[in-house]
Amino acid sequence: MPKAAGDAKLLIQSLTKAYAATPTNLKIIDLYVVFAVATALVQVIYMGIVGSFPFNSFLSGVLSCIGTAVLGVCLRIQVNKDNKEFKDLPPERAFADFVLCNLVLHLVIMNFLG
Amino acid sequence: MAELEAGSICMAAGGGGRLRNALSGVLCAFTLLLIGVLAFSIRLFSVIKYESVIHEFDPYFNYRVTQFLSKSGIYEFWNWFDDRTWYPLGRVIGGTVYPGLTLTAGTIWWLLNSLNIPLSVETVCVFTAPIFSANASWATYLLTKEAKGHGAGLMAATILAMVPSYISRSVAGSYDNEAVAIFALIFTFYLYVKTLNTGSLFYATLNALSYFYMVCSWGGYTFIINLIPMHVLLCIVTGRYSSRLYVAYAPLVVLGTLLAALVPVVGFNAVLTSEHFASFLVFIILHVVALVYYIKGLLTPRLFKVAMTFVLTVGLALCFAVVAILAALVASSPTKGWSGRSLSLLDPTYASKYIPIIASVSEHQPPTWPSYFMAINVLAFLVPAGIISCFLPLSDASSFLVLYLVTSVYFSGVMVRLMLVLAPAVCILSGIALSEAFNVLTRSMKFQRPISDDTLPTAGDSTPGSSSTATITTSTKNANIKKEKMGTISKERSSKKSRKETELVGSSPVRPEKEEKLCVLPSEASAMGILFLIMLCGLYVIHCVWAAAEAYSAPSIVLTSRSHDGLHVYDDFRESYAWLRHNTEVDDKVASWWDYGYQTTAMANRTVIVDNNTWNNTHIATVGTAMSSPEKGAWEIFNSLDVKYVLVVFGGLIGYPSDDINKFLWMVRIGGGEFPHIKEQDYLRDGNYRVDAQGTPTMLNCLMYKLSYYRFAETDGKGFDRARRYEIGRKHFKLTHFEEVFTTQHWMVRIYKLKPQKNRVRGKLKLKLKSSSKTSLMRKGAGKKNPWR
Repeated sequence: MPKAAGDAKLLIQSLTKAYAATPTNLKIIDLYVVFAVATALVQVIYMGIVGSFPFNSFLSGVLSCIGTAVLGVCLRIQVNKDNKEFKDLPPERAFADFVLCNLVLHLVIMNFLG
Repeated sequence: MAELEAGSICMAAGGGGRLRNALSGVLCAFTLLLIGVLAFSIRLFSVIKYESVIHEFDPYFNYRVTQFLSKSGIYEFWNWFDDRTWYPLGRVIGGTVYPGLTLTAGTIWWLLNSLNIPLSVETVCVFTAPIFSANASWATYLLTKEAKGHGAGLMAATILAMVPSYISRSVAGSYDNEAVAIFALIFTFYLYVKTLNTGSLFYATLNALSYFYMVCSWGGYTFIINLIPMHVLLCIVTGRYSSRLYVAYAPLVVLGTLLAALVPVVGFNAVLTSEHFASFLVFIILHVVALVYYIKGLLTPRLFKVAMTFVLTVGLALCFAVVAILAALVASSPTKGWSGRSLSLLDPTYASKYIPIIASVSEHQPPTWPSYFMAINVLAFLVPAGIISCFLPLSDASSFLVLYLVTSVYFSGVMVRLMLVLAPAVCILSGIALSEAFNVLTRSMKFQRPISDDTLPTAGDSTPGSSSTATITTSTKNANIKKEKMGTISKERSSKKSRKETELVGSSPVRPEKEEKLCVLPSEASAMGILFLIMLCGLYVIHCVWAAAEAYSAPSIVLTSRSHDGLHVYDDFRESYAWLRHNTEVDDKVASWWDYGYQTTAMANRTVIVDNNTWNNTHIATVGTAMSSPEKGAWEIFNSLDVKYVLVVFGGLIGYPSDDINKFLWMVRIGGGEFPHIKEQDYLRDGNYRVDAQGTPTMLNCLMYKLSYYRFAETDGKGFDRARRYEIGRKHFKLTHFEEVFTTQHWMVRIYKLKPQKNRVRGKLKLKLKSSSKTSLMRKGAGKKNPWR
């Protein structure tokens, strides 16, 4: 057990160290993603307590958050300098795509909200 | 054939300079245009041979909906409650119909009209399917191009433009959902593969929108939302995960689910039924995998092992929790969360066991082997070569194509209708195979001359650069061709095998020393190979044109038959619907078997009891029961439904096989499923269904028999049924509760009116007043007239 605990400690330490090296703009996106996921969780918990009656509202709320998070992750993947696959994709283009996708997503959600 | 040649030219032109590139681009566009024209025009046989009409059954409903849409506008359309069908229940059309096709045709019509091109709605509807098959072949080009380049793309597009299986559903006039859905299917796959190749969020958005169009158009969208997760899972399991995969899949699930939920007919089903659960499960798995890969990038390998165990335990626990929840949800619903049609896909025997309505439709039956040959012809032999070519080298795109083929082969084996989904996969793979074969053969032809001249220089040449590699490749090709020539003994099979060998050998490491000796006789062999392939394509083209012209162009509301004294045209269906339209009241209800419901509402504009949208089993069973009951019982059922007229289709006079008598056992089965007093055994003599003298009394007394064969013996004196090829059982009988009001020229449609109820009060008074002897006489007479049992 102590070995496992030591391992976990080491792991967390190296993780935080590695993460501290990430550029600030990526950290901002990470925060954005974490916030979106947290909002989705809050909504799910609320649904568990109160019930899912206007089901389309619940669905659009949760899916809006998850969608935002997913798109944020996509953006993060694309603007990440370490990612070799997207070397020839300028970050401006990635952001434009991100905005377009978000527009479509939230247009749909506004339609679906009821 | 012009396209084929142009395609091969285009392939050959790929390698040259800038001018040649531009030229090949222009040629490519021109070829694509020709392919579009080909796809459009091969489907016009039905208009040329018959006339510009809507075909069959479902298209009539779609046509009626489009008419309503163009007349009343989109908002009225969403709220449309149709009271002319499923009397007395009605049907909410706006919420139960896949609106893609209707909206597409409606938009085209509106666009043309606003450009002052006054086309009728019917014309637009008739030509929607050919237009969209041209689009579908372009989409095929794009999809194949993503996997295997321009040449294969052009080849696949050409093949798809005329594949019989697709023609059968998209001839001019066949205005059905599949017409636009196949285009949407291929285009969605193209965008998925494109996103996978580029990792661009822009294409992911387009992909979701195209998926939305597919959901709008056809219930077959569940195929997409299960196939793409399967491919993602395959990629993950085979270790091909990349961040492009994440971009291609994760936004599609979220956006696609939301968009699908916008379509009224799908609605909350997009998250509640188990057809969609696979995509959510894979969505979760993908996130776990993405997290694992992300952490792997951050940590050193030793620490990663520790993290891996941690993440795996947590991830697995999460997955198990989700699976458990899903399983609980699924188990709690009565059909285990699967709708009947989907269950019959997974278990082919399901429908015939439990759902007679699904089993009764001929296009829901499993196909026979000849129907495969009819539908895809020589492509069936090319597909294996295409699969092999997809594995050399295996990319994300080509693995997707292989997976698409494998799943669609399974589904087409379950239901003959899904042959349509198989067709694009087969076309793409055989397009790849053909193009690879042409590539190999033409290249060997091209390098043939230099090698014979340069044999000596290359053997002792000091420059190792491009020339020697070229020689090596050519010599391999030549070796292949040599092998192929050995293999080309005769016919398709051996050639296919040899082509496989060619491709296999082409990838194996080469030994130049040996190749030098094998450089003999390649030119003739490759010429033979090319000739042979062109011949094969020629056979395919001939088959396709034959299928388009003869097999699939009949509109089925107008029948023709060729006999020794010329061509006969049977236009009885429209004759009878016109009679109904002109001779009955607007609010009269017409009962018929459900096959003719759509046509009756669309062409005769009369209210029907049941129609081809078989949403209410009980209602259909009621009509089935009425048709299989004796006259009085049937009259009571029909009267309780306010029916004024009963329509039966009868083919005994001209030998039309798909009439109501031949469908009758399904009426009995469906009726018996809801009302147990109808038993199938009562209608069968020793397990055989027959209406001749051997027929059971129940059969010979039921309403369907009587309405079909009433006065039939008067035509030739014997009552010889040409559809069943024997004399009927009961020849002379009278109808007590129905009267014949109209029979078409060839007796194909017979319309009966329900007799009004007798005026009972007066009869009772008379009974009391008159002597009892007369009443008994009357009863006797009635007994004679009413000889049931």
